[in-house]
Amino acid sequence: MSDQSNTPVPDPPDAEAQTRIGVDSWVAESEDRQARKRGFFGPAARGWDASPDPVKLFLFIAVAGTIPFWMNEGDLFVYGLFTVLYATLGLGLNVVVGFAGLLDLGYVAYFGIGAYGYALVSSDHYGIHWPTLASLPAVMVFTGLIGLGLGLTSRRLVGDYFAIVTLFFLQAFLVFTNTANPVIHGIGLTGGSSGIGNLDPLEFFGYSLTSVKQQYYFFLLVLVLATAGLYFANRSRTGRAWRALREDPLAAEVMSIPVNRLKRLAIVMGAALAGLCGAIFAAIQTAVTSSNFTLNVLIFIFAVVILGGIGSIAGPILGAIVINVSFQFLQPQNDHPSIKRWLFYGAIVLFIALMKPWYRAVVVLVGTVAFGLAVHAIVSATAAASWTAGTVTDAGSGSAGKAIADWVVIPNQTLHGGFATYAYIGLVVLVCVVRSVTGWWRTVVLIPTLYMAAVVWENVLAPNPAVTAEILFGVLLIVIMTVRPQGLIGTARVEII
Amino acid sequence: MATPEPKPEPRPLLELAGVSMSFGGLVVIDGLDLVVNEHEIVSVIGPNGAGKTTLFNLITGIYSPTAGEIRLDGESLVGMPPHKIARRGAARTFQTLRLFLNMSVIENVMASQYGQTKVGIARAMLRTPAMRREEREIRARAEEKLAFFGKRLMGYRWDQPAYSLSYANRRRLEIARAMATEPKILLLDEPAAGMNPTETHEITELIGQLRDDGGYTILLIEHDMHVVEGISDRVVALDHGVKIAEGSFDAVATDPRVVEAYLGTKAASTK
Repeated sequence: MSDQSNTPVPDPPDAEAQTRIGVDSWVAESEDRQARKRGFFGPAARGWDASPDPVKLFLFIAVAGTIPFWMNEGDLFVYGLFTVLYATLGLGLNVVVGFAGLLDLGYVAYFGIGAYGYALVSSDHYGIHWPTLASLPAVMVFTGLIGLGLGLTSRRLVGDYFAIVTLFFLQAFLVFTNTANPVIHGIGLTGGSSGIGNLDPLEFFGYSLTSVKQQYYFFLLVLVLATAGLYFANRSRTGRAWRALREDPLAAEVMSIPVNRLKRLAIVMGAALAGLCGAIFAAIQTAVTSSNFTLNVLIFIFAVVILGGIGSIAGPILGAIVINVSFQFLQPQNDHPSIKRWLFYGAIVLFIALMKPWYRAVVVLVGTVAFGLAVHAIVSATAAASWTAGTVTDAGSGSAGKAIADWVVIPNQTLHGGFATYAYIGLVVLVCVVRSVTGWWRTVVLIPTLYMAAVVWENVLAPNPAVTAEILFGVLLIVIMTVRPQGLIGTARVEII
Repeated sequence: MATPEPKPEPRPLLELAGVSMSFGGLVVIDGLDLVVNEHEIVSVIGPNGAGKTTLFNLITGIYSPTAGEIRLDGESLVGMPPHKIARRGAARTFQTLRLFLNMSVIENVMASQYGQTKVGIARAMLRTPAMRREEREIRARAEEKLAFFGKRLMGYRWDQPAYSLSYANRRRLEIARAMATEPKILLLDEPAAGMNPTETHEITELIGQLRDDGGYTILLIEHDMHVVEGISDRVVALDHGVKIAEGSFDAVATDPRVVEAYLGTKAASTK
């Protein structure tokens, strides 16, 4: 039935497009056409999709290369350098997890081994100072060999068991560097919990990379080279073999693909790239401690790869940008409280604006504002003055803070400490009610719910930025992964049809 | 590639001698002898559970036989890992299709050329001229194999994911993928399963073409007797892992033991 087009049908000479309707290829492309029309950023996404891959890379380099010109050193370190670091680490993990389909939970250990390896040959710890051009390749080879050793177990250990062994390897590495710290030549090899300090900066041909700008450009170069290399690798016979063995290892093996060797190759390549990242990271920090290589980092890198899109080259880069920038942005030490507040209220307004039909959005918006003013008026008229005596945390400009204080009920924290807790519980209850009613009832209940969200924000979340950062970061990840389960630019894999 | 030679001395390509396979106490193949000569189409028939697919798994190295010897072109395959056997020239399809579903059609056929190509990861990452030349060759070979199936797997289909193909086209793609390993012998596991009568007729002709134009030797498992009758030079009947009959289709089909294996003793006695 799928090949009806084989029977020769005389083509009408006038309209070429008409005859294509119903033809196999037309049917096959129809899904793409439908998907293309949808989407808010449709035109931009289409332009991006249509441009050839080298153009995309150059666009990325052009944008990333101008960042140091308008960003201060502190922000460049946090937003630029760390994004590039996580992108490169994500690329390496993507080879192991995305291409070869191995769940390697010990990946951060290679990162740590690279860092410690660089520290040992580039510091006063043992008084060894190798030139960077020797130490970086040596570190890559060493971590690659460690990866090979661990990869040998992948022959017998498949799936979850490999994950367990590699996770154990990471924990063993942490214990080794932090606690075991064997004494060699009278000095603890890894420096225990204080680690190794005073590392040499990266130095090429007598030119040291000491400023954040220089380090950023160097790391960006590494990222671009790794991206290009892996892009070509992915489109070679090795890349195809990796994808084939991820799809069906038995069929791949029978189709002349040496599955075990290719798995080991993926692990070794990922490990070497992680080792290189570790060495550069150590040189930039000028110190290493085992606390840099914990499970948190592992989860972070996995989030970068999964959110970006497993198996795609640009995925980890985009994932690193989204995750690192949003994570760092939310951190209290890089504080931007007023921006956070506007993002919060902006999200609520956007949520209202996307409601259909439009008059429902107007009702909710006007209703929420009026509801807040009414509640505030009632509370200030009937209750003690302390119930509205609280101040807006980090209000930014004065008038906005005053407007919020006139709308949201903010009691004095010390006199009414329990209010924040009850507001939180009230919000959860209201959200549950909203989820369970439909039609206009939902619209009606939505008004106090949104107001309660604002109350919770002003009373609970804004005064506790550290906790808020974690919550918002988690919410962001959940939202992105719900909207795009295959990752930002990954394609959904079809398992069984 | 065509071999118009009219019956030279038949040269044995695949030889099985006393091959046995048991899983625990369950004997699946018991002392099987089988020879497939060059440019021959041999069909293996037998009821469900006769050990036909196990036979393919033994030849391709997925299992190692508990006893006996398997030789391809004079070289022993016993104990060799499957990817090396594929490189020596035995390629198969699967009864339960095992395509690389999320790869494109042409990538499926390009991936299975891994064994005969050489360029390693370092040269691939640098994209050297040798690498690019080999890539072009791989692609050309893949297109050539897909062209074997007429228009069905051509053109826009190349870049479609394999999961978008119809069932019959998936069977064709599996054959193309096996052909791309440049095998001496093709092992086809029920190529006509799930096909309608027209498609079955087509695949029968195609298997004939594979031998005549492609120069392949073919070992075939098939339940559809029209297919077996149409193309087999020789038919081997298995039951409970034992060869119960061998010879021309007519001889095997009327062999009382074969009829018994398929229909039971009572039917055989009344017939």
